[in-house]
Formats: sequence, structure tokens, C-alpha cells
Amino acid sequence: MSAADATRLAAPAGGPPPVPALAVRNLSVGFGSQTVVRGVSLELAPGECLAIVGESGSGKSVTARSLLGLAGAGAQVSADELSLTGESVLGLSESAWRRRRGRDVGLVLQDALASLDPLRPIAREIGDSLRLHTRLDGAERDRRVLEVLAAVGLPDPELYAGRRSGELSGGQRQRALIAAALALDPPLLIADEPTTALDVTVQAQVLDLLEEIRDRGTAILLISHDLAVVSRIADRIAVMHDGRIVETGTPNEVLGHPSHPETRRMLAAVPVDKPRGSRLAPVIATQPPPATEQIDDAERLFVAERTRAATGMTPATGSDLALEGIGLNKTFRGPHGTVQHAVADVSFSLPRGRTLGIVGESGSGKTTTARLALALTAADSGEVRLLGEPWSALPEKQRRARRRLVGAVYQDVLASFDPRLSVREILRHAVAVAAPDVRDGTNRRAGEARVGALLNDVGLSPTLLDRRPTDLSGGQRQRVGIARALASRPQILICDEPVSALDVSVQAQVLDLLDELQRELALSLLFISHDLGVIQHVSDQVAVMHAGRIVETGSAEQVFAAPTHPYTQALLAAVPRLL
Amino acid sequence: MSELEITAAASARPGDQDDQQDGRPGSPSSGPRARPSVVEIAAGLLALFLLVAAIAPRLLAPGDPLAIDPLSAFGAPSWSHWFGTDESGRDIYTRVIDGARDSLVIGVSATLIGLGLGAVLGTVAGTLGTAVDFTVNRFLEVLFAFPGLLLALLFILVFGPGAGSAIVAVGLSTAPGYARIIRAQLLRVRSSAFVEAATVQGLGRGRILARHILPNTLAPLLVLGTLGVGQAIVWAAALSYLGLGAQPPAAEWGAMLAAGRTYITSAWWMSFFPGLFIVLTAVCATALGRAIERRMRHA
Amino acid sequence: MAEPLTDARSTGGQRVRRLGARIGWPLTRRIGGAVFVLWAVATLTFFAVRLIPGDPAQAILGGPGSQTSPEALAAVRAEYGLDQPVIVQYLAQLGRLATGDLGRSYALNMDVGPLVLSQLGGTLLLAVLALTVAWILALGLATWSTGRGRVARRIGSGLEIVAAALPHFWLATTLIVVASVWWGILPPISTADARGLVLPVLTLAIPLAGFLGQVMRESLTTALESPFVLSARARGEGERGVLWRHALRHAALPAIGLSGWAFGSLISGAVVVETVFARPGLGRTLLNAVTVRDVPVVIGVVMVVALAYILMTILSDLASRLADPRPTTSTAGGAQ
Repeated sequence: MSAADATRLAAPAGGPPPVPALAVRNLSVGFGSQTVVRGVSLELAPGECLAIVGESGSGKSVTARSLLGLAGAGAQVSADELSLTGESVLGLSESAWRRRRGRDVGLVLQDALASLDPLRPIAREIGDSLRLHTRLDGAERDRRVLEVLAAVGLPDPELYAGRRSGELSGGQRQRALIAAALALDPPLLIADEPTTALDVTVQAQVLDLLEEIRDRGTAILLISHDLAVVSRIADRIAVMHDGRIVETGTPNEVLGHPSHPETRRMLAAVPVDKPRGSRLAPVIATQPPPATEQIDDAERLFVAERTRAATGMTPATGSDLALEGIGLNKTFRGPHGTVQHAVADVSFSLPRGRTLGIVGESGSGKTTTARLALALTAADSGEVRLLGEPWSALPEKQRRARRRLVGAVYQDVLASFDPRLSVREILRHAVAVAAPDVRDGTNRRAGEARVGALLNDVGLSPTLLDRRPTDLSGGQRQRVGIARALASRPQILICDEPVSALDVSVQAQVLDLLDELQRELALSLLFISHDLGVIQHVSDQVAVMHAGRIVETGSAEQVFAAPTHPYTQALLAAVPRLL
Repeated sequence: MSELEITAAASARPGDQDDQQDGRPGSPSSGPRARPSVVEIAAGLLALFLLVAAIAPRLLAPGDPLAIDPLSAFGAPSWSHWFGTDESGRDIYTRVIDGARDSLVIGVSATLIGLGLGAVLGTVAGTLGTAVDFTVNRFLEVLFAFPGLLLALLFILVFGPGAGSAIVAVGLSTAPGYARIIRAQLLRVRSSAFVEAATVQGLGRGRILARHILPNTLAPLLVLGTLGVGQAIVWAAALSYLGLGAQPPAAEWGAMLAAGRTYITSAWWMSFFPGLFIVLTAVCATALGRAIERRMRHA
Repeated sequence: MAEPLTDARSTGGQRVRRLGARIGWPLTRRIGGAVFVLWAVATLTFFAVRLIPGDPAQAILGGPGSQTSPEALAAVRAEYGLDQPVIVQYLAQLGRLATGDLGRSYALNMDVGPLVLSQLGGTLLLAVLALTVAWILALGLATWSTGRGRVARRIGSGLEIVAAALPHFWLATTLIVVASVWWGILPPISTADARGLVLPVLTLAIPLAGFLGQVMRESLTTALESPFVLSARARGEGERGVLWRHALRHAALPAIGLSGWAFGSLISGAVVVETVFARPGLGRTLLNAVTVRDVPVVIGVVMVVALAYILMTILSDLASRLADPRPTTSTAGGAQ
């Protein structure tokens, strides 16, 4: 029970209701001819946490910033009512706003590394509010800074006060950021995606902290795209879509019985606890497939290629393991002679036609493992085998011919495209690598047809062919990336955080696509991610990585239902669930 | 680092990484179909004017640049002589227009030499392995210890003054700067994600080099060259001004400035107008270079 | 790495120690590199000079065309060691340089060492003053024109571009014309007093200011749009506070790193400026030496300039590291 509930119960019936920490009626914000926020109304009591949830572009961040008068240059803000702790802030002058910012309302942004001045010690950053709004002298300010740091749970504040944000860990940084916003104990705290850049375990700690702050009486306006995070500490949830609030209610109401289609869509897209193979996103109508005749030509070409490549493998000893890692070790040398064990004695096996999910937080070594699997880096010791044959042990010249059997899907898909090329050229090149006939232009038509077929496979329209990847949306780009990976008809797809940069609903579409493709093309998938929900949804087998080692493996059901290793248990306990 | 390197670093950065989740098109002030600004239009017109001056000077200045008229020597700017006359009565406007060819030829040649040499050095450093890279780097470092004009002066010391010397001198002085830019770009491209993606696809090193690395590395050359021409003209003119480049009575702008130096207090127009044209050319080149860079950055 | 602090403000001694660790090893390497560069410069210049056509002995005696007797030539050759094999001359030259003996001028009747030292002060004074003025101008323009709307930004940016493109020789003559001929407030030829410094320093400072300004403007704009500035504003910081406490330091970082190069370009510009304003200095000395092919003086000036430039580069690197203590990211892909 939150402080708000307690207050409500304790107050005698008929007594004056507490002054709302925040009251907004009919807020609209526009930039030029574009209206970004339409008719938003909110009310927040002290000690209550209201969460605004929405996807990017829904207007939630602009709403939050408008509540501080920081909507941005050229913003036209209008509202029937806009008040902080009972005092109206409509049409305030800039200097009047400045008096209120930091004192009556605090702001916590995403990613403390960018939200705290990296060149200044955190003590200074935190002390700024004190300097601006109080008359405390230097020594008193320092004392208060240490108090605040202790209050946000930073151990040994004296130790860390003089450091810069870059010298602290992710969790410590975020606490310092929260401390900076709370230095003057404002009645309202606005947190815009405060946990998005954090590891799951650290996220849980920060959420605990926010809960504590709320229980002490501070009202919190929490902005997030993540329904699960929000359901943990929000007393009420407001769903925003296209600048409007489309649904409000308690977490039970909104998440348990959503009424608005937008809310339902967002809920359906969350992969946590969704069984393997279930659809996350609604089906979208796809283009009719291109003329069958051309497809057949191309198909024949590529089936021939693939058989040729496959017969390079000895079929008799055909292993049922698509990809296998055996005792891999990789260390990196740091700038001051420090040694970093990125990957230590890692072994994994990906059965044919299945999905192996490798999950770990940042620094766990999962990306290095992906690079080892792709043979982009050489391991210090250990081996990777592909379809039962040596893979990492081969010299690059020999391995090159087999690379067409492995496709890769990347997190930063835009960076993986040559910036000078259009979608057509990217795909055409990818097709040409796999088929020499197409490469030397003798079978141009087949190449073109193949490109068309690839686009169709990933659900994209041919109108996108002549665009540049920078002109596409995040979801479209990743589909092109998948299309490129499929160009050589690989048997194995290695996906390194393929959906981490996407909105939940777009993520859902891409995950569905990967699932579909896996079934149609009998692909074996190595899926690497930090997102436990995603891993649970897509994987048959799971391997949990921590500090360069695999601490637990097993089937997805096993690991998620009954984890044996303490780290896995801690990880799963920290994941916010949707109720 | 030189001025060009800063600009090159800017043009090498990928376009704005605002995550376009909903496929919002790029802003209208950049990209291949960007609207030209007033400054760019003006720069374009000026460039056109200079080109015509270089190719067909008589179109813009029908008089005879060598026509001596001692009676009207040291004439201030007037309707008959827009830019005044010099110590021999020659019309300065005509000489300035004539000088365009000399100055542009010198500037463009010097830039081509510098770019060519620099591109070769930079590419060699970036592609032939660490030992070569280290050696070339040390070599460049030494050259950089001769700041600005000094290297050019050293060259002139050895080979004597003259327009030809000036071209080679300026070219050699600018080459290390270009080499460093190209090398940095090459290294950036080599370690980029799309080159890795090409490796994963199974492309051989040679194909990757030819198809991905080199085109992306040499892409900023156009911008660099345009910016460089402005700088080269200024430097060559500086050498001429010091008496070490093109010699009078050549109508090269720097030489005209040198000749006008002695009369600075009495006939300021002799130095002012040639100098003005040098500045205008340099600014024009900068504006054009940036215009190209803006369009290429989001292309 | 960072040592634990006993209270929120670290003691002076601990700060110094942290500083030393931050710069110690890299500094030693830099000094080693500097020695190498100096040696290479000396070598390059030595062999470049040998390419000069003509007989150096004759040049010493008065240049080509002067009547010289074979005995006089022989005497000169012996005196200057010109009859020795190349390698011996080269090593002798290196030895002399290492002990600071820069030889004797061909044209002027004095040792190069004292000559260069006497001229060094003038040029250094110009360079340091010009660098300071350039920084002030660049900072001033950048702060005035940011956050004031698009028009101010365009004007500021335009001014910087034009300023950076101004050649020293033209700017000098224009300033002379404006300030001396038209307004009559400053002397056209440099006098020995402070008034004589104004125009030369301005001539050097304005183009550099244009360039530094462009660099700073870009980082200033980036800094002003960054999340930490938003956080500062959310705490109630006003525009001035944002600028001075946060944005300017970030904006100045690249410009600080460029100061070494800027110094070099100022010395290069001093060649023209000293000539135009008839000021004593290394630039004018060098120019005269090149014109009459006075080789020892050229070598001497080049060596001193190289030394000064290297020192400035090291200093500017140190200043950079002090201003921005963040470690540079390594490229060898850390663990993920």
C-alpha cells in the first residue's frame, strides 16, 4: 500500500483533500503546425506515482518537459490548468520558472552518463540546486550533498562525491542523478525513462529507490515505454498515443482489462510470458508474391548453390548441432596493461532448426561470444564448429566459402550498411556474393527476382528498393538487415541484440518475422540479448552468461521456471513482470 | 591537425542519428535535394564568374592588360578605371580579371598535387600493415613540424622562386594534411560495422577494399579539394607577395599585391582589389565545399 | 586508478599525484618522440639544403657572379668543412646542433645561434598575444551568437568563415590602410612600443579567431543541446550559468587541442606579418635568409621553430588532458 492510499484511509472523511502535487487540464503543445500533445489532463496526489506509458512519438516526453517549462524552443504550450502544488505555472516568465525548477519539481533523465555533466564532479552537480535556490554556504552545501547521496542509497558518499559520472558504475550514476533532482526535496519528481539504459538488476534497485522516495511523500511522474517496469511501482497508469491519453486506471485495470485497442496492442507485443511460437503483433497484409516463373529460376539457382556448399560437408557424419562452441576463451588487453577476461571457458550448442538464446547483462561477454561464433575474432583457445565441421580452426581463405551458411543480424543495423548504398544495391550485393552467376551479370534477372523475393519474405514493399536505409524507419531497416542475412540462404542466423533499439510493437513484428522465417526456412537461430522477456519468448534452449562465463544452460522452460544458479535466480527476480 | 582536417572530420561523421522510428524524412536543409541557400547561390555565381575570367578573360574585361598609359598612372578608382590604375597606368580591373587564370591554375594544380600525394600516402599508411603505417606516420609527424609556409619556403630555398616552384611548394606543404585526413578516414572505415558485415557475408579482403573501403575513404576528397583550392590560392599568393612565387609583371594576384606594397599609403587600390579577389575566391571555395559536404553527408 | 578521498574535496597532494599518474608515462613517450622529430627535421633540412644548386663556398663569399679566387674558395671550404664527405658533414652538423651551435651565417657576419635567439622574442611575443586575442574573439563571438536565434547564429557563422579565409598579407595591408591612412590612429610601420603591436597582433589573430570560432561553435551547439544541459536547466540554472558552468568548457575542448597547431600557423603567419609591418622577428629573418640562400640561418630558424612547435603541441596536449580527464576509448573492442 502506498503512502497515498494510507493518507486517504487515515484522513477523516469530509476533511480537506490534500493539494495535488500536479494538476494539468487540457494541455496542448505544438511546434509550428504540428501538434504533439493534445488535450492531456493529469492529476497527481502527494506520495502517488503516476506512470505515462507510450511508444516513441506518443508525446510523453514533451508532456513531461512542458511541466517544467522546458518544452523547447518554439513550443506553443496552452492549457486550461497547469499547477504545481496548487500554484499555477501557466504563462510564467522564464525567471519565475527558474525559481521553481529544482525546488518545486525535479527532473531525472535517462542515462546518467549523458545527463550529468561528464566534466564535473557529481558533488558539484548535486550542489547546484542548493547554490541556486538556498543561501547555504560551501561547507553546508557539501554536508547536504553527502546527506542526499546517502539518502539515495549510495554507499560511502564521501568516497564518490568528488568523482565524475564516468568514474561511477551505471547504478551509482543513476542514483547520483536522482540525488541531483532531489537535493531540495521537491514535492514532485518527474522521471523520464530513468531505468532504460540500465542492466536488469540495477534497474530493480533503482525502481526500489523510486518506490522508497514515493513512500516518503514525493509525488512521482514516471515516463516509460516499458509496461512491466511501470506496473511495479505505479499507482496509476496513463497510456498515451499520438499525443492523447487514451486510457487511465490502476495497473490492475489497465494491464488486466485494457479497454483501448492501443493498450491491448502494446500488451500483446510484450514478449514476457508469451509462449514460444505465438504471435506478438497483428498480421499485416503483405504484397502479392512476384511472378512464379522468375522465382523458380532464382530458386533453382540458389538451391543448386546451397547443395554445392552443403555437400562440402561430409553428410555421413552430419551432426545434429548447427553450431557448437567448445571451451572458448578470449581476453583483451586494456590500456594500462590490465587484462579483461571477456569470455572464459564458454561452451554452447545450437541444435539444428532450434533457437539458442544467450542472455546476459552488459559486460557479460555475450557480444564477444557472438563475434567468436561469427569468426570475426579469433579465440585465444577453444573452438567453434559449424555443422559438425571445423569453423574457427579454419584459415580465413577456406572459411570464406562457408560463410554463406551463416547470416548475421545486428543491433545497430544502420551502421552495418555501407552508407553509400541504397536498399536495392545492398541486397543485390548480398545476393551476388552467394551466387557467382548473378555476380558476373549473366543471370541479372534472376538476381533481381531474388532481391524481390527477399523483400517479400521480410514483408517489405518493393517501393523501398531505391531508398537509402537512413530514410527508413527502425523496423524497416532491421527487416532489410534480415533480408540481407537471408540472401545467401544460410542455415544459421546469428542475431546480436536485433530488436533492442526498437519500440515494443515494432520489436514484436520483427520477432514474429524471425519466428516465421525460422519455421519456413528451417533456420537455426543463435539469439543474443539482455532482455529476458525476449529470450524467454524466442528460445528453445537458453544459456545465461555472467562475467564471461556461462552459469546456467538448459531448455527455456527449465531455466525460467526453476533456475538453479543464484545469478539466474537473482536475474529473474529482478525482471519486472506485468502484474 | 589542419583546418581541412576539422572539416573532414565533420563530413566523415554519419548523418544525424535521430532515430526515425516512424520514417520521418530528413530535414530539407541537407541531403541531395537540399534547397540552395542565398550564400550558396552567391558562391556559385562567383565561381562561375571566376571560371569565365579564367577561360575567356576578354569577355569580362575587353581592354588590354598590358596597355601602358603613364599619364594616368596611380589613378584612383573611377568610372573609366573601376579598380584604378597602377604605376604604369595599366587598368587594374583588367589585370585582376587576367590574374584569375594564373591564380586559379596555380591553386588547382597545387591542390591536385597535394591531394594526390596525400591520398597515396594516406592510403598506403592505412592499408599496408602496421609497420608501414608507423613509418609513414613518423614521416608525416616530421613534416608537420614545419608549420604552414615553412615547408614551402624550404622548397623555394632549394629550387628558387617562380610560379612553378610555388605550385610544387604549396602542394608539398598541404600533402601531409591530406594524408593524415585520408588515413584517419581509412582507419575509421576499416573498423566500421559495415566492413565487418561484408566479412561475415564472405567477401574477400580485396573485394571489400575495392567495393567498400576505398570508395568510402575517398568520398570526402571532393569536399577537401574544393576547400583546398581556396587555401592553396591564398598560400600561393602569399608566396608571390613575398617575392618567392610568381614574379611581376605577371598578373597573378599575389604578385600584384607585392607590386602594390610600396605604394600602399598613396595608391591603396593597387593592393586592395587583387587582395579582395583572393579573399572572395577563398570564401567562395569554402562555401562551395561546405555546400557539397552538406549534400553528401545525408546522401 | 583514482585513489579514495578522505572527504568531498581531495587534498592537494593527492590531486598532484593523480595528475602525475595521468600524464607521467605518456609525457615520457612524448619527449622521446620530440627528440626523434627534431633529429628527423635536422636530417631532412640538411639533405634538402644539399640540393641547392651552386657552390656553397661561393655563396659564402658573396654569391654567384662575385669574383673569387680559387685560394679564397679553398680557404672557405676548409673553414666550413665543405670538403669533407657527406656523412662526415652530416654527423658534424648533428654534433653541432646537439651542443647548440647553429653555425655561422653566410650573409650576415654573425653566429646563427645568437642571431636566432635575439629574433625569437619578437616572434614569440606576437604569437602568444595573437593566440590570446584569437581565443577571446572566438569565445566572444561564439557566446554572443548562440542562443539568440537563427539570424545571430548565421551572422556569427558567416563572420567566422570570412575571417578564417582572410590572408594575412591582405588583412595587414587593409588594416594599415584603414587604421593608419584613413583614421590615422595607429602607425603603419611597427614602432617599438605597444601601439606598434596592435595591428600585427590583430592581423594574426583575426583569421585564427575565425577558425577557432567555427570549431567552438559546433561543440557549443552540441553541448547546449545535450541532456546534461537540460538537467542543469531543470535545476533552475539560467542561460548564463548554463553557458559558463557547463557548455563553454565542452565547447573549448577541441579548440584547446588545436592550440598546438594554431601556434604553428601563427609562426607561419609571422613570416608575412613581420615583413609587412617591418618588425624584427624570426619570420623576417627566415624570409631574408631564403631570399639570399643563407643556409645556416635557414637551418637555425627551422630547428628553433620545430622545437617551439613541438613544445607547444605537448603543452596543448597536456592542457587538453587536464581540461578533459575522461579516458579516451580504446578501439580494441572491450568485452560485451
